[in-house]
Amino acid sequence: MTFFFPTQSLSAFPPRLSPGYKSTPKRCPTKPLILMKHTLSELTGPVYGQDAVQPGDEDLTRQHAGEPLGERIIVHGRVLDEDGRPVPNALVEIWQANACGRYIHVVDQHPAPLDPNFTGAGRSKTDENGHYKFITVKPGAYPWGNHPNAWRPAHIHFSMFGHSFVSRLVTQMYFPGDPLFQYDPIFNSVTDENARNRMVSSFDLENTVPEWALAYRFDIVLRGRNQTPMES
Amino acid sequence: MTFGITPSQTVGPYFAYGLTPNGKYDWKDTFGNNLVTADAAGERIRIEGRIFDGDGAPITDSMLEIWQADAQGRYASPADPRPRNSTFQGFGRTGTDAEGRFSFETIKPGSVPGPDDTPQAPHILVGVFARGMLRQSYTRIYFDDEPGNAADPILALVPADRRGTLVAAKSVQNGHPVYTFDIRMQGDTETVFFEI
Ligand SMILES: [Fe+2]
Repeated sequence: MTFFFPTQSLSAFPPRLSPGYKSTPKRCPTKPLILMKHTLSELTGPVYGQDAVQPGDEDLTRQHAGEPLGERIIVHGRVLDEDGRPVPNALVEIWQANACGRYIHVVDQHPAPLDPNFTGAGRSKTDENGHYKFITVKPGAYPWGNHPNAWRPAHIHFSMFGHSFVSRLVTQMYFPGDPLFQYDPIFNSVTDENARNRMVSSFDLENTVPEWALAYRFDIVLRGRNQTPMES
Repeated sequence: MTFGITPSQTVGPYFAYGLTPNGKYDWKDTFGNNLVTADAAGERIRIEGRIFDGDGAPITDSMLEIWQADAQGRYASPADPRPRNSTFQGFGRTGTDAEGRFSFETIKPGSVPGPDDTPQAPHILVGVFARGMLRQSYTRIYFDDEPGNAADPILALVPADRRGTLVAAKSVQNGHPVYTFDIRMQGDTETVFFEI
């Protein structure tokens, strides 16, 4: 299958300069970006060996001697392209704060406890239907220094590879109904409401495991459309 | 029907333990900064540089990813149907250190097909991610000892006075070829980035 990657689709992305998020003004390009037609270099993208994901990498609650504290959840969904076709064998990497809103990263100094039973990193590969699944705990909200009393809504960081190097996506998955949405300049950097809502998972009662874990569904759409037969 | 893509969000300041643990965290790396495989033909090179923000301060919490062809100009991707003869994957990832430094050990890519059958000079694609970057920025590394640069169709799109920001400078250190490529997000010598 031959794919193409319309740059118009990028209008769903946040602008690189988003002054409400105070780290953007000194870190975004200021000169015009160079427009170009995609060459073989952009149309290709990495594949990864079978050993990139080991059994158990998708269960963040089983990486240590004991179980992490917090609300156990299932996070699952499908990785699709812009035609709605599943992206099979896509690598999905996640990282997140623990249930208290604290990251294991050395730079995180939020005075909330670390959990010796939680690292907060996981990876998974999509199956032939584009489906992935993680078991983790619900991350807590956490404060940050962007503005007075700034708090990030609870989120899980996602990193994905699709059909090409230009379909590479790093995003954040949010939880439905978070009262912090309206105050968060990162969430709101996506100016289109429909696009913004695509970053919010949905509560998934059907896939909740009774007496064990709630489930949230998060489908991800990556850049890439199939060439029409006429063009190929 | 077309599905709207999921928006990008910043990688944030805390990705290292998940994406670039590099022995510092209890998690294994999916990708590293050494792309060389024992069976890969071609010249082994090191690419190194630093990345700076608009104040000229090093960006110490960024992640760089590179994507390149092998020495014969072939990509290890289903979208490149040409047969390859090594296990070279052509993809690398690294974080930057407290001085904003990064490096990759790789092989020099070959010339790659370009638009309208014009060959592209050897080059490497770079994706730049960091706190404060709501989406990745894309640039390219070219090599200053490649005569093909003069006819490269992508470099030709770049204003002449900015092309130099895409060209890595060769030196030899301990008999090993090293190409230096600094990335400046802003300023007079702002690196050229592409909308792709
Ligand atoms: Fe975060």
